[in-house]
This record gives sequence, structure tokens and C-alpha cells, in this order.
Amino acid sequence: MPYKSVVLVKQVPDTKNISGEAMTPEGTINRAALPTVFNPEDLNALEMALQVRDREGGEVTVLTMGPPSAAEILRESLFRGVDRVALLSDKRFAGADTLATSYALACAIRKVGDVDLVFAGRQAIDGDTAQVGPQTAEKLGIPQITYAESIVRLEGRSIVAQRALDHGTEMVKCSLPCLLTVVSSANEPRPASVRRRIEYKLAATSLEYKALLATWPSFGTEEALTAFLTERNLVIPVWSAAHIGADESKLGLAGSPTQVYKINFVVLEGTESKEIRPTAEGIKALVDELVQEYIVG
Amino acid sequence: MSENKSVWVFIEQDEGRIAEVSLELIAKGRELADRLESRLDAILCGMDVESLATELIERGADRVLLAEHEELRLYRTLPYAKVLTRLVRENVPYILLFGASPVGRDLGPRVASAIRSGLTADCTDLQIGDYDSKKDGIVYKDLLLQIRPAFGGNLIATIVNPRHRPQMATVREGVMRMNEPQAGRKGEVERVSCSFEPADLALEILSRELRSSSVHLKDSPVIVSGGAGVGGEEGFLLVRELANALGAEVGASRAAVDSGLIGKEHQVGQTGTTVRPRLYIAAGISGAIQHRAGMSESNKIIAINTDPEAPIFQIAQYKIVGDLNEVIPLMISALREKAK
Repeated sequence: MPYKSVVLVKQVPDTKNISGEAMTPEGTINRAALPTVFNPEDLNALEMALQVRDREGGEVTVLTMGPPSAAEILRESLFRGVDRVALLSDKRFAGADTLATSYALACAIRKVGDVDLVFAGRQAIDGDTAQVGPQTAEKLGIPQITYAESIVRLEGRSIVAQRALDHGTEMVKCSLPCLLTVVSSANEPRPASVRRRIEYKLAATSLEYKALLATWPSFGTEEALTAFLTERNLVIPVWSAAHIGADESKLGLAGSPTQVYKINFVVLEGTESKEIRPTAEGIKALVDELVQEYIVG
Repeated sequence: MSENKSVWVFIEQDEGRIAEVSLELIAKGRELADRLESRLDAILCGMDVESLATELIERGADRVLLAEHEELRLYRTLPYAKVLTRLVRENVPYILLFGASPVGRDLGPRVASAIRSGLTADCTDLQIGDYDSKKDGIVYKDLLLQIRPAFGGNLIATIVNPRHRPQMATVREGVMRMNEPQAGRKGEVERVSCSFEPADLALEILSRELRSSSVHLKDSPVIVSGGAGVGGEEGFLLVRELANALGAEVGASRAAVDSGLIGKEHQVGQTGTTVRPRLYIAAGISGAIQHRAGMSESNKIIAINTDPEAPIFQIAQYKIVGDLNEVIPLMISALREKAK
């Protein structure tokens, strides 16, 4: 039977590949030197949702909250096969902690309406909090299956899924609707399809029209571009606080209980160190010292 | 009237065994409660778990709030969240702590979202301190300073939750130290009632497959870890041989785990296990911040790397600039020689 799914995704700085240039000599972050990526486990969530749709029918909507540039991962989602996307972008969303983020996402999921399954990556690599999934499920009043590794079966209004935990696995059965957070071992995300990449290359939000016109001056005016994209179903909708019917006091900085008190840069403390020659004598002397000082043996 | 400053710790137990991280939090919670001249409560949910209350009191809890129900026997999000949310609403503690384990990271956000308070994930330190808020023009006294690595471990952020109660945090496993139990320490046990509706039981556990991990990184006095610099399977074999010769546990950096050389349960670092062994040997590990965050408190560190500029050397007491394919066999033969 067809299921209606929403996948929550996030564009994140690529913290796994922080190169020398990304950190200044003072230890601050040079954001310009940080490429952004599709949060890796969100791709696993997306793949799980697509597999459900391919098997059972239904549709997959991808939502992200972020600056206008986050439309990039929505295009990427379209390339990989999702049916619909929307960008939550509004200055009122800015500065949100996980609680305010989950509130906005829950409002957006309600706007999509009649959702059976919500998927999200286990956690995002910029904050590693793993909080937004469960917090969103609570706001929606639906059960959650965190650390989901596979959907064993979907039968009518119930799902059986396997969770991957530190100490083993757990098989759970849950009624729908429910929210799953998906781990990286779940699947191998499909690559973008070449056909869809061509089809959705120009998909854009209204926030990107100016840049698009600069790259493709042949479109002429913004009106002409809008008409062209609308006709081809290439407009990525932008949802503001008003569009999702959110209470402004619960959004962004105002709706965030946590505040950053201070940020310290990690400084390497120098340790008194002894250089050991990589020779048989050098290593033998080291082992002797370790044994003498009862560090080994 | 002054604010209720009680400190609460959610106790994670599985089949009658208290999770280590909960005992670590009892020790930390005791310290915070003493600093606030307040009380430490342990929240214990499960079935047939009353006997665990004594240990919690002996380790520092003043009171154990005990919720026993058949539906609480195994951890499930909704029934646990219901009990805890109600207790928090009724009592409004000042601080509420969870382990940053799969259970704590499943339950904490659910409760925080229900009561609309802030939650900081995966803290590595907790302190009490004042916060001078420029935005509010107020100095908030004695807040919980929630300290955690951020941005892939490149920054350390201190987060506060000035206006909402409780101030909630999940705390990384293995970072805080446990207290020894004090036999005969006195405290109260208060039973709390609970009841569930069908909606709370939407999820059912069909089966569990627990594997007892044969990897004991946390307790191992000596750890030999390999990283990207070991090259491949063969290089990693050397790491294993050295560990074997030392009776040590094998560790790994994220790079080694990600490239499939070894299982995730061996990973040391911010997203792996935090260790502080007597001796840590880092072979072919450059020492990215993610890795150092999990091992920098080791008593002695030996680093083997071909790159003399590798950051790992800045925290190592013994620095060996050389090829591990040559150095490790020399170490193994020197150890064998010594053992004769």
C-alpha cells in the first residue's frame, strides 16, 4: 500500500574533512574554506524512504531548514528521485537550537499533511546532537524508532524495524505514523540519476532567481524565468514562518532555551616529550624504560 | 522563597544492571548538588529494580524516585518519557542529566521537547557558574555550564539554559569518574505510581539480540591504536601483533574504522570511546582533534608517525618519527627479549 513519507535533511559544513586552511593560526574557523555537504546519515534516511516508495508506492517529500544556499541539497534530493521538496527559510528561523528547529519542522510536516513515515538521519555531523528527530516526533505526538537500520516489513498501519544499538540489535513493531532516525549502516545511498540531474538542473527557489539570471542571462527578466520554471514544475517552494503556521515566539533565537555562553578554541598543550630513534637500540631503550617504570610488563 | 535546586539523574538500567554512565553521573550529580547546597535524586524506572536503589544511595543519591511497572521492564521511549515528563512537571528539578548513550539520546530529547526546555547533547564537562547575559541584561547565578566539543571537535562550547527548568544535558560515557560506594549511606526511596494508555504502548519490542562485546577499550590499561597511516590490512596486523605482545586492547582512529580495517567498537575518539589507559600507543595516527578528544588523558602516550609535524606528537611523551612497519617489529622483538 502507498505510504506518504517526509525526509528531514540538513546541509552541514564538512567537519569530517577539516583541512589546515579551515583553521586560522589563531584557532578560529575560516568558514569560507569549509565546503558544505549533504549530512551523510540524511542520505541514508533518504535512501530508506525511496526504497519504501519504490516497493510500496506513495510519495517522498524532502524538507530542510536553512539559508537560501540549502536549496542545493534539495536539488540533490530531486536528482536522487524524490517527488517533492521544500525549503524552510525565514530570518525568524535563524539562531534556532534543536528545540526551536524541531518545532518548525513539526509545523512543516503538518503542512505536508497525512504523513505516515518521517525519516531523518541519526545525527548531523556539525552538532552530533541526535536531538532533532526525537524532539520532532514529540512535537507531532508520534512514536519514534531511533537508530533504525532496516525496515523489515510494512503491513498496513504497522512497521517492523531493526534498531542498531551499541550492545546489539532490537527488533521493534510500531504503529504508524512514526518517525525513524536512520544510521549509516542502513544502506548504500543511490547516486543521483543522470536523467534526473538533467531534468532538475534548473530547479530553484525564488531566492535564487537573481543568481540564476546572472548565470543564464538569456532568460531575460525574472518574470520570464518564473514562468519558465513554473511551467516545468521546477520551482522549489520556500516556506516561511507564516506558511507553516508557526508561533513566532517558538522559533529561532527567541524560541531557543539554550544559549552559547562561550566558545573556546582547542589549543594543543605542549607535552614534554622524548624523541626515540627508530632503531633497534632506540626502541630497546624505550621498552626497558617502560618496563622499569612499570608502564608495561 | 529560593528556587528548588535539586539535581536529578536518570538511571539507565538493563535487566537489573545499572549502566556505568549512570553511576558516573551520580558521582558528578553529587558534586553539583553539594556545590548548590541541594539534593541529588536518582530516577529509577523498570520492573523488579528496587534492589538497585541501595547502590544509588551508597554512591551518593539522597533520594531514589522509583517507578516500577511491567511496561517499564525494557526501555521504550514512550512509557519512559511519560513517567519522566510527569515527574519533571510535578517537581521541576533544577538540573536533569542523562547518559549520552542510545537510551539517553532517545529519551532526553523527547522529554526536553515535551516540557519545552533546553537540552545540550554529549557534554564532556559540567560546572556551576554565573552567566552574564548581555542580551537579557541579567547575571544569572549558579547556572549549569554545559561544556561540549562542537564543530567536529574543533571547538569547545559552553552552553547555558538560563530561563528554563530543568537545565538538561546528556553526558558522554566514560568521561566522568565514578564514586566508590559508601556502605551504610542513608537515603530515601520514594515509589511513584504510573499508568499507561494504549497510545503509550504504540511500540513493542519483538526481540533483542545482545552481543557481549569482546572489546574492552575503556578498562584496558594498555591500548595500541592504528590509524590511516598503517596503510592496509597488513599494517593493521602489525598493530594487532604489538597489542598481543603487550596484552593490550586494539584501538583505532575513525579513519581506520571508516576504511573498514577494523570494527567501530574499536574506535577511540569523539565519536568512539573515551579512554585513559596507563599507556596509549598511536601508530600511524596523525592526531586529528576527533581522535585526541578520546585519548589525550592517557597517562603515557607513544606516537609513531613518519610525519614529524603530526599533531599527535604534541601530546605524546615518547615521539618516534619513523615507519611503523619497521618500528613495530623492533618493539615486538624488544618486548619478547625482555620477557625471556
